[in-house]
Amino acid sequence: MSVEFINPFINATINVLKTMADMDPTPLKPRLKNITQSFGDVTSIIGLAGRRTKGSFAVSFSEACIVRIVSRMLGDEVTEGSEEIQDAVGEITNMISGGARAELEKKGYSLEMAIPTIVSGRGHSIKHITNFPIIVVPFRTEAGPFFVEACLKEEGSLS
Amino acid sequence: MGNKDIRILVVDDFSTMRRIIRGILKRLGYQKIEEAEEGQSALKKLKEGSFHLVICDWNMPVMTGLDLLKAIRADEQLKAIPFLMVTAEAKRENILEAIQSGVTNYIVKPFTEEVLSKKLDEIFSTKAA
Repeated sequence: MSVEFINPFINATINVLKTMADMDPTPLKPRLKNITQSFGDVTSIIGLAGRRTKGSFAVSFSEACIVRIVSRMLGDEVTEGSEEIQDAVGEITNMISGGARAELEKKGYSLEMAIPTIVSGRGHSIKHITNFPIIVVPFRTEAGPFFVEACLKEEGSLS
Repeated sequence: MGNKDIRILVVDDFSTMRRIIRGILKRLGYQKIEEAEEGQSALKKLKEGSFHLVICDWNMPVMTGLDLLKAIRADEQLKAIPFLMVTAEAKRENILEAIQSGVTNYIVKPFTEEVLSKKLDEIFSTKAA
């Protein structure tokens, strides 16, 4: 998977958190991920499919980070493990996915998205839809880390 | 009619977004706000009472926002209600499809309070004109 695919997800992630939670997450160096175990405590995964591309995308938040994000989004304090957190993670994933797909569309890749699935618990597994290489981008925030994973393949490419 | 008398239906399958929109509407002075989780239950509420605006997501289970929009525009009783789509669907083809189906205005998520406020002003000033 090329930088052409991962950059729209990084840009959309920064935009969503800046706009909805007034936060400025810092993306760190992308790297390959070869385990299914999550780096965060709450993860949302969403399937993406198009004529030229298919795969999935996930956002995995540390508990402290997502509590801060959702509290800022709602303007109200939320607690760890609450239903509000699960719901908000799904909506954040939708927004990031929508923004990334709009940017990818300008590059000629049209993708449709499914409804996100939420998984939580320390060290849970993230099951991407395909077996393609996974690129993970760690983000640093004032409230702790979160991780964006993309597992997409362009038809005809080798990785 | 002042903001406090305007009756708005907010439709989104994510309670987070319904809560964010409701919070903004309250701060803007709108007081008569109701919610639905998807299109079919929204349609039922719309037929039961007189609403002045629908604010609706696109991707929802059971009945999507686009299908709800089409159902409203095909219904003699409901077809004049302004419909504001608030969605993560930012692709050009989606926006065009919504326009062709009779959407009144369109906001791409993520959005700020200022953006929603401006769209509401546009909708209600056009309606009053």
